Amino acid sequence: MLLGLLAQGSRHGYELKRAHDQRLPRARPLAFGQVYATLGRLQRDGLVAPAGQDRDGGPDRTTYALTGAGRDALDLWLAEVEPPLPYVTSTLFTKVLVALLVADAGRAREYLVAQRRAHTARLRELTAVKTDPSATLDDVVAADFAIAHLDADLRWLHTTLERVADWHREVHS
Amino acid sequence: MTELQARGVVKAYGPTPALRGITLDVAEGEIVAVTGPSGCGKSTLLHCLAGILRPDAGQVTWRGERIDTWSEAARSKLRRTEFGVLFQFGQLVPELTAAENVALPLLLAGTGRRAGRTVAMTWLDRLGVADLADTRPGEMSGGQQQRCALARALVTEPRVLFADEPTGALDTLAGEQMLGHLVRLSREQRTSVVLVTHEPRIAGYADREVMLRDGAVDGTGLGVDVPSPGGPGRSSGGLGLLVGDAGAGSVPDGQR
Ligand SMILES: Nc1ncnc2c1ncn2[C@@H]1O[C@H](COP(=O)(O)OP(=O)(O)OP(=O)(O)O)[C@@H](O)[C@H]1O
Ligand SMILES: [Mg+2]
Repeated sequence: MLLGLLAQGSRHGYELKRAHDQRLPRARPLAFGQVYATLGRLQRDGLVAPAGQDRDGGPDRTTYALTGAGRDALDLWLAEVEPPLPYVTSTLFTKVLVALLVADAGRAREYLVAQRRAHTARLRELTAVKTDPSATLDDVVAADFAIAHLDADLRWLHTTLERVADWHREVHS
Repeated sequence: MTELQARGVVKAYGPTPALRGITLDVAEGEIVAVTGPSGCGKSTLLHCLAGILRPDAGQVTWRGERIDTWSEAARSKLRRTEFGVLFQFGQLVPELTAAENVALPLLLAGTGRRAGRTVAMTWLDRLGVADLADTRPGEMSGGQQQRCALARALVTEPRVLFADEPTGALDTLAGEQMLGHLVRLSREQRTSVVLVTHEPRIAGYADREVMLRDGAVDGTGLGVDVPSPGGPGRSSGGLGLLVGDAGAGSVPDGQR
């Protein structure tokens, strides 16, 4: 992400943090320490280089720029296909199946109702963010990403509930 | 203020019960999503609320007045003036252009042709399809047809909009844009909306969700019964193995 931001021009650490937090408003804000640690690592690897100091001076005010190697690394990273995540290892998946298959029915129902409520509440919240007239393209795209995953979770949850109910009907009839 | 109210609404098709006593309030300007598994009675409820179907028992009131006992003619007039209806497929008249389709409800209500076209044009413009005014439905994409259908449903400035799977035939982006328009315009006009959908993503646009299960309101939101405890059916072979694989390490031993 930092390499991507530096591709737009050289910046110093504080600007990078601000740009990151603005670009990804729903992500966790970057800690300063994290920005400088990452810049240090990128500099060690020759991917970024100091490109000057602001007039005020001070070590915090060093401006960094992408090096040729840094640009190559960014291109390489962008060219690499992300493995489609093996979501079956998610805790949600495990919990729902444990609830449906081994837990006491009352407790299972309680958990499933609460989980579904939490998912739908978050989904509604993000839809409000996205449909707000002042939403930027960044806001909409980030909200879309989260909504798509919540929507998939909910559809899977309902399909599973119906499948398991069907299965029980067959077994017990 | 309560705009629309159902009290113990029951409806059967011959021997098939579709609604088993539904009670539901829709406030003025409120957007209510009606969700639930296929066949649970969503469309039937929408038709009863909109006065298209008459319930076998129970009451439907609009602004405090009971409408389920009204004659077909009176309900039909209500649908033309105070209610707007939108279905999965646009139901535009194929022989008419977009502007003529949108103006149709106004002409039926006695508005002149020229005035009707002017109002229709403003609605097509609000929905971003003004350039299609003189195009017939057959030459439009599904998304464009749905926007025209939405314009037609809103052109009379109804107090309640009934939408049954309005995005069902659209791809994700076209569906999102359509819902964006629908929500924005109904908020502007303080129109109440009853939105039937099976997609959580679409239900997310509503202020509130009412889930049905087998013709009744399902307060759990789950849509099915959670299987009862113990019993031989509780361990299900294949699925149990999946839990064993995926959950290794993350499930406390005591819960297995
Ligand atoms: N015209 C009809 N004649 C006979 N039975 C009907 C008729 N319309 C619906 N039904 C039955 O009534 C029940 C409820 O149907 P309804 O169409 O309201 O469900 P739905 O929730 O809208 O389903 P879907 O999500 O598949 O559209 C179903 O069992 C259905 O088979
Ligand atoms: Mg239906």
